[in-house]
Amino acid sequence: MGSRLTPAPTDWRDTAHQRRMAKRYAAERRFRWLGLGAVLLSAGFLVVLLVSMLSAGLGGFVQTQIALPIDFAHSRLSLDPATLRGPGADLALAAADLGGATDAAAIAAYGPGGDSLLSDGAWTRVRDQLKADPSLLRRRATVWVPAADRIDIAAKREGAPADEAIVAKLKAAHTLTTSFNAFFLRSSDATDPTMVGIWGALKGSLLTMAVTLLIAFPVGVLSALYLEEYAPHNRWTDLIEVSINNLAAVPSIIFGLLGLAVFLNTFHLPRSAAIVGGLTLALMTMPVIVIAARNAIKAVPPSIRDAAFGVGASPVQVVFHHVLPLAMPGILTGTIIGMARALGETAPLLMIGMRAFITAPPGGLRDPATVLPVQIFLWSDQVNRGFVEKTSAAILVLLIFLLAMNGVAIYLRNRFETRW
Amino acid sequence: MSILVLFFLIAGLGLIAWLSARMRATRFRRASTARFSSLPSHFGGFVAMWTVLPAAIFLAVWASCAPGLVTNRVLAEPAAAHLPAPGFERAAILSEARRISRGEGFGTPTPLAAALAPAYGAAQTRADWIGGGVALLLAFASGAWAFTRVRPDFRARTQIERLIMALLLAAALVAILTTMGIVASLLFESARFFGMVPIGDFLFGTHWSPQVIDPRDPGASLGAVPLFWGTFFIGAVIAMIVAIPLGLMTAIYLSQYAAPGVRTWMKPLIEMLAGVPTVVYGYFAALTVAPLVRDFAVAIGVRWASSESALAAGLVMGIMIIPFVSSMADDSITAVPAAMRDGSLAMGATQSETIRRVLLPAALPGVIGGVLLAVSRAIGETMIVVMAASGVATLTLNPFASTTTVTKQIVDLLTGEAEFDSPKTLAAFALGLTLFVITLLLNIVALTVVKRYREAYE
Amino acid sequence: MNVQSPIAQHKISARHVNVFYGDKQAIRDVSIDFDRDVVTALIGPSGCGKSTFLRTLNRMNDTIPSARVEGEIDLDGEDIYAPEMDVVQLRARVGMVFQKPNPFPKSIFENVAYGPRIHGLASNHAQLADIVERSLKRAGLWDEVKDRLSDSGTALSGGQQQRLCIARAIAVDPEVILMDEPCSALDPIATAKIEELIHELKGRYAIVIVTHNMQQAARVSQRTAFFHLGALVESGSTSDIFTNPRQERTKDYITGRYG
Repeated sequence: MGSRLTPAPTDWRDTAHQRRMAKRYAAERRFRWLGLGAVLLSAGFLVVLLVSMLSAGLGGFVQTQIALPIDFAHSRLSLDPATLRGPGADLALAAADLGGATDAAAIAAYGPGGDSLLSDGAWTRVRDQLKADPSLLRRRATVWVPAADRIDIAAKREGAPADEAIVAKLKAAHTLTTSFNAFFLRSSDATDPTMVGIWGALKGSLLTMAVTLLIAFPVGVLSALYLEEYAPHNRWTDLIEVSINNLAAVPSIIFGLLGLAVFLNTFHLPRSAAIVGGLTLALMTMPVIVIAARNAIKAVPPSIRDAAFGVGASPVQVVFHHVLPLAMPGILTGTIIGMARALGETAPLLMIGMRAFITAPPGGLRDPATVLPVQIFLWSDQVNRGFVEKTSAAILVLLIFLLAMNGVAIYLRNRFETRW
Repeated sequence: MSILVLFFLIAGLGLIAWLSARMRATRFRRASTARFSSLPSHFGGFVAMWTVLPAAIFLAVWASCAPGLVTNRVLAEPAAAHLPAPGFERAAILSEARRISRGEGFGTPTPLAAALAPAYGAAQTRADWIGGGVALLLAFASGAWAFTRVRPDFRARTQIERLIMALLLAAALVAILTTMGIVASLLFESARFFGMVPIGDFLFGTHWSPQVIDPRDPGASLGAVPLFWGTFFIGAVIAMIVAIPLGLMTAIYLSQYAAPGVRTWMKPLIEMLAGVPTVVYGYFAALTVAPLVRDFAVAIGVRWASSESALAAGLVMGIMIIPFVSSMADDSITAVPAAMRDGSLAMGATQSETIRRVLLPAALPGVIGGVLLAVSRAIGETMIVVMAASGVATLTLNPFASTTTVTKQIVDLLTGEAEFDSPKTLAAFALGLTLFVITLLLNIVALTVVKRYREAYE
Repeated sequence: MNVQSPIAQHKISARHVNVFYGDKQAIRDVSIDFDRDVVTALIGPSGCGKSTFLRTLNRMNDTIPSARVEGEIDLDGEDIYAPEMDVVQLRARVGMVFQKPNPFPKSIFENVAYGPRIHGLASNHAQLADIVERSLKRAGLWDEVKDRLSDSGTALSGGQQQRLCIARAIAVDPEVILMDEPCSALDPIATAKIEELIHELKGRYAIVIVTHNMQQAARVSQRTAFFHLGALVESGSTSDIFTNPRQERTKDYITGRYG
C-alpha cells in the first residue's frame, strides 16, 4: 500500500502542511481583497463620474451679471412707451437698434472695450426689461445684463489673469454679481454660452416622452396581457415572443435607422419633430415594457384567476378586474425604468434629425425640437469654453430626472411588492 | 372642417350613443325579472363602439389617400401645366404651394407655387369636407344600426370582449411589425446600396473613406473591414478587458463575501452605472479620459497617440458594461445549488477555492451568456464612440491610435448633407444591417446558452 | 497530541451544545461522545435537530450567517470552536456526505481528486491517480467507473453519485465521516450498497450517520442516539435502544407512535 489511505492518518501538523495552509489562507485573503477592490473600483467610477459632472456643472447654474446704466431718455432709440404698450411692441423692439444702444451704454460706463465685457446677448435682457416696464424709456436706469463668457469664467476663478483683474475691479465697484442662473432653466439654445438654457430641450424631451408613453405603455401592456393570458401556443405566438425578446436587445441606433426609413422617408413626417422622436423611442421602449409586464403578470398566482372564474367572471373580466390591477405596480416599475432609458437615449434621435440648432421651445408635436441628451451632445461639440460648464449643468439636470424616475420605481417596488 | 372639430363631433356622437343605449337597456332590465348576460353599460359600450370605430377607421384610410387626391386635383389645373417634370423641383414647388395655402409660407413665394396655392387650398377644403361628412354619416348610420340591436336577449358583453381580444392581438402584433419594419427597411435600403457597390467590396474591402467616393468605383472606398475591426477592438476587446474582470469579481464579492446589508446597497449602486445615459459617458470619455490616455501614451513614448484613441472609448465603454456582466454573473453564481458549495466546503476547501474550482466552473455557461450579451451591447453602443472615437478608419492594433466603429460611421454618414440616394448615405443602412445581424446572432447564442444553463439546475 | 491518543479518549466529545438560528433554539444542551471504529446513528423525527447537530461537528453551520453555537465540542481533546482552530483543516479531518448526492459538475476523476489537490496530499499525478483509485475502490465504485473516469460525475445514477461523494470524502483521509441521511434520496438497491459500504468503512473512521429509517440505524450502527425537539433524549448501544429503551419517548418513537 502506498503512503495514502494507510491506517496511519495524515499528520496535519507537520511543517509542510502548515506551510501549505498558510499559502492557502494567503490566497484566500488575496482573492477576497481582489473582490472588494473590484467592487470599490466599480463604485468609484460612478463616484468619479458624478463628482466630475458636479464640479464642472455647478458653475453652469451660476451666472455673472454686470450692472449696465443706460440713459434711455438720451439714447438714439426711436421708441416711445405708447407703442410698447400696444400690440406692435415686438415689432417695434425688433426694429430698434437695442444692440447698438447696449454697446454704447457699456462703452460709456466702462470705457473703450466696455462692450466686450458683456455677453453678445446682453441686449435681449435690455429688451425684456423695456417690454416689462416701458416707462424706462423716459429715464436713466440700471439693467443687470449677463457678462461675457470670458468674464463669467474669470468670475468663477478659472479665467485669464487679466480677466480676473477686471472682475476684481468690477466687484469692488459693486457692478458685478454672481447669482443663481434661473435664465438657464428658462431659455433655449443659443450661440453664446452665456445666453443658453435648457428649457427648449427639456420641453422637447417632455413632449417626446409623452408620445413614447402614450404609445409604448398601452401597446406594451396589452400585448403582455395577450401573450401571458390568452395566446395559444402556436407558431405565430412563438414568432411574437422571439420578436419581443430580440427587439429588447437590438442596438438603439437601429431603431433610429428604422425611424428614418419608415417615419421620415415613407410616411413623410416632419424631420426633427417630437412626434417622430416619440414614435421611434416608443418602438424601442415597448419590448422593455412587455417583458416587465409579463413578469409582473406571471407573478400573480393562478389561485386569484381560479377564484374569479369560480364566481362566473369571463376571461376578459378576470384579467381586467383582477390580474391587471394586481400586476400594475410591477408593470409601472418596468415602465418607469423603460422610460428612464428612453429619456437618456441619444443615438436614434440623431438619426431622425433631432440635432438641429433650435432656439425656441417647440410649440407642438410637429415643431422642430431637440431633447436634453441631444442638447448635451451638441453642446459637448462646442469649442467655446463656456459651454463646458453648461454641458455638465445640462447633464446634472438630466441625471436628476433619471434619479427621480428610478427613485420612484424603487419606491413603487418596495411599497407594493407582494410576495405570494 | 378641422381634425379637432371632427374628433369632438365623433366623440360626442359616441357619448350620446353610449348614454342612450344604456338608458334603453336599463329600461328593459327594469321591466323584466329575467337574468341578462350583459349589464346596461355593456350595451352602451357596444353601441358607442359601433359609432366611433367605423368612422375612425374610415378617417384613417381617408387621411392616407386624401393628399394624393388633392394633388391630382391641383395637377388638373391649367396652371399646373407649367410645372417641371416629376422630380425634386416639382415636389418642392407643390409642397411650397401647400404651405402657402395653409398660411405657413414665408419669404417670397415662387410665382408658380403662388399661382397653384388657391387651387390647393380649395381642393384641400373640399377633401376635408368630404372626409368629415362621410365620417359623420358613417358614425351615425353604424351607431343607429347597433342601437336597433339593443334587445334583452342580445349578448353585448361578448361582442365587447371580442373587440378587446382583437385589440390585444393587434397590440401583440406591433412587435412583429416593428421587427419586420426593421428588417424590411434595412434590407430594402441595403439592397439599393449593394446595387451600386458590390457586396464583396463592402464586406472584405480594407479601405474606408466615404468622404471621397469615386463615382465609377464606389466600392473602392467603401470597404468596411476597418470598421468591423474597430468595433471589435473597442467593444469586444478593450471594453471586455475592463468589464469582465471587474464585473465578475464584483459579482463574486457581492454574492459570496459581502454582508447582506452591504449587498443590498452596493448592488443597486453598481447597477446605476448602467443607468447613466450613454451621452454622459461619451462626454466623460471625450473630456476627461481621452486627454489622460493621450498624455499617458505620450509619456510612455507611443508615437501615434491620438486624442480620439480606441483605448479611451473602450475603457469608458467597459465601465458602462460592468453591471451587465456583474448582474448576469451574480444570477448564474447564485443559481448554482447550495449543495455544491457545501460539498466543497465540507471537504475543507477555502471559500476562494470553492468559488474558483466549483462555483465558477458550474456557473460558466451563464457567465459566458452574460458576456456575450455584454459584447452585443458594447458593439451596438453609439454615443461613447461618436463622442470619443475618431472618424478615421484605420486597421491598427495600437490602442492609442485612432479607430472608428460601425455605429460611429452610421451617425457620421447620415448626419451630413442629405442626398438620400448616394452610396454614401445608403452605406449607413448596409452597416446597420451588418450590426443588426451580428447583434441578433450574439443574442440568440447567448440566450440559448443561458436557457440551457438554467434548465440544467431546475 | 496527535491521533495516536489513548483509547480511553473519545474521538469527539460534545458538552452542553446549544445551537441557535437567530432567536430560535434548534439544539438544547446536548452532550454526547463519538468513538473511533464505531458507527453512531442519530435518529429522531424530522425537525428534531439531528442534522443541525451533525453540522456542528465540522462547523458547516458557519456557512449560515444567523447560526450560533454554544458549548464545547472536542476533536481529540481540542475544542473545534476555539479561535485558533483552523476550520479548513477541521473539515479535512471531519468529512461529510450529504443527503442529496452533490457531485461537482466535473469528471469522476476530478471529483475525487478535488480534495487531495486542494490539500496538497499528492505530489505528482501518479500519486493522485493512486489516491483516486484507492478511494473509488474503497467506496465500491471502481469497477463501475474505471473505464470512464473522465465522464461527468453528474452523469452517474443516484446511488453511484452518492458513492462517488463518499469516495470524494475519504480521498482526503479523514478521521471522522459525517453522513446526513445518505440514503434518503436512493432506491433500496443503492441503499443496500451504501450500507454495505458503511460496514466496510467502520474499521477506519468514526462514523456518525443521521437517519430517518430505524431499520437502517439498527442495521448499520453500534451506538444510537435519539433526538427529540432539539434535545438528546437518550443514547446508548443500538441493541439497548431498540430492545430496551429507558425513556418513554424513545419507545414511542421506535414503535412508530410518532415521527
